[in-house]
Amino acid sequence: MSPDSGRPRSLFEKVWDAHLVKTETTETPAMLYVDLHLVHEVTSPQAFSVLAERGLKVRRPDRTLATIDHSTPTLDFAPGEAPPYATEAARKQVETLEANVAEHGIDLHGWDSEHRGVVHVIGPELGATQPGMTIVCGDSHTATHGAFGALAFGIGTTEVGHVLATQCLLQRKPKSMRITLEGPTAPGVSAKDIILAVIAEIGVDGGTGCVIEYAGEAIEALDMEGRMTVCNMSIEAGARAGMIAADATTFAWLKGRERVPSEGPAWDEQVAQWSHYRSDPGARFDHEVVIDATRIRPMVTWGTAPDTGIAVDAPVPDARSASHAKALGYMQFEAGKPVSGAKVDQVFIGSCTNSRITDLRAAAAIMSGRKVAPGVRALVVPGSVGVRKQAEAEGLDRIFTEAGAEWRQPGCSMCIAMNGDKGEPGQLIVSTSNRNFEGRQGPGARTVLASPATAAAAAIAGHVIDPATLMEPAHA
Amino acid sequence: MPDRFTTLTSRTFVIDQEDIDTDQIIPARFLTTTSREGLGDLAFHDWRYDGDGKPLENVSLNALDTQTHRILVAGRNFGCGSSREHAPWALHDFGFRAVISSEIADIFRSNAARNGLLPILAPPDAHAWLMENPDVEISVDLSKQRVDLGNGPSFDFKIEPFARHCLMEGTDPLGFLTAREDAITAYETQRA
Repeated sequence: MSPDSGRPRSLFEKVWDAHLVKTETTETPAMLYVDLHLVHEVTSPQAFSVLAERGLKVRRPDRTLATIDHSTPTLDFAPGEAPPYATEAARKQVETLEANVAEHGIDLHGWDSEHRGVVHVIGPELGATQPGMTIVCGDSHTATHGAFGALAFGIGTTEVGHVLATQCLLQRKPKSMRITLEGPTAPGVSAKDIILAVIAEIGVDGGTGCVIEYAGEAIEALDMEGRMTVCNMSIEAGARAGMIAADATTFAWLKGRERVPSEGPAWDEQVAQWSHYRSDPGARFDHEVVIDATRIRPMVTWGTAPDTGIAVDAPVPDARSASHAKALGYMQFEAGKPVSGAKVDQVFIGSCTNSRITDLRAAAAIMSGRKVAPGVRALVVPGSVGVRKQAEAEGLDRIFTEAGAEWRQPGCSMCIAMNGDKGEPGQLIVSTSNRNFEGRQGPGARTVLASPATAAAAAIAGHVIDPATLMEPAHA
Repeated sequence: MPDRFTTLTSRTFVIDQEDIDTDQIIPARFLTTTSREGLGDLAFHDWRYDGDGKPLENVSLNALDTQTHRILVAGRNFGCGSSREHAPWALHDFGFRAVISSEIADIFRSNAARNGLLPILAPPDAHAWLMENPDVEISVDLSKQRVDLGNGPSFDFKIEPFARHCLMEGTDPLGFLTAREDAITAYETQRA
């Protein structure tokens, strides 16, 4: 119990206070307890090596959950066959994780699991992600889990070792920021459009040093998948974490998941406890930002940083700096002209930002009864085996394949382009992922970040286009 | 285990660009390694090599003597993007021992400090001076938390005290955490 627990506290402070093993002093950071440690193949091998060098064990395998996603191919392969890894190094990396989890008794959602998938998709899907938890992973998009009222953030590999060995992290208390999105969003505006607008507003470093709480009518109206999309991209504004208060939407989404209590008194008690994880009236924040959500339109990025979002048909702004001028040159866009109309080579629908069932439904609604434009390659990559099965049960896979898109196995795919899925030099990719950095999707590849609906519309039109033009069903 | 960091006198190398992200520092396709060693060749890879992996001419990073140039100076918001610790591993292996900017991304900054790469936040006037005066010899004193710019506006910098302690001792905080096993157990017992 915090000594000043009578004071109104923010959601972030409540979770922070409840996990202090030791409070910070001038000389030393706080020791923060970690409830859930998510592990994947890319940022863990060097941490397991340190444990081996020092003769340490994983302290809480039961609080550790592993999957394979970044280096894994998304191509089909027959049971009994070896996965078609893009490189030997990728195969070795996955096998290293398999050996490490076996040695330390950690649950791995590997090739044979019904829940294999992108780490930030499967945590919530299993119900491992819960309100009030501290959650870390060697991945900057860990903030995704903050959608459930958890404090979730990315850590480096050295820290992965710390958590494996001690279940604790050394942390200074971050500052807090509340971003309130007032008013409802217009029809056809998605969570991705909201977060791209937020990042454009506060800048790529606007949240540095902060934990952001997203609030307001436009946030409360989002489903859990949309809230995950918003929190996911907090790091693209430089923030450590993003959080949203737990509410009835949260509880309904979690009910019946594998790692939460089933119905009855245990469930009711759990919900009562989770309901605590919202900011008290009068809670204070170091920074407050208010954004008029009614003005947000379908967004696309024009540059090589995620804060370059503009409305899809708005003119690209004049370069404000040498870095902006360089970005315009790289993207081959012209100031004063909109991004809409730009010819598209590839479309990627997937990633920890936008690979959940509602994302796929939004893309399918646009693609249904239509064809991907000639010369465009469209990849649809579900976030997990669970999402893939759900989509197939709803017939979404047939909509995609009949339109001419590729329906892939789950993984990070073309978001990170280290698994065989990538863009070619000079290609323009409309992508539902989170980063448009130079070369992020392959050397020389140009990335336009957008929502699933906008990406699907680009695949059909063959150029960037306002998805509203395709939101009426196609004629049969 | 990183070397102890006390003082450093070296020439600066300036990259005049803002928002240098971790995909520029080391592209993701090289992250399939299971080692932390030898990543210096991959630092700023796509700026330094062509599509066939041949070093590009006219790229000053390829001609840089890192024995004499151990301090990287970069535009605002250096190290944004991913949490990959491969970024400071690559920069350290390349030869850098300090990075100076007016703003450094959170996760990169903590990763750097744990790997013998001192992150230094410079005030606007000193940062502007360093950007405008490339390739100058400067001195960093971590114990005094001071950077001496010679003819330029020397400045004091802030660093989290425990990160400073670990850099100066060349230690990793893992030992600090494992030594507090009793507190961790007490916390777990109280919460159970």
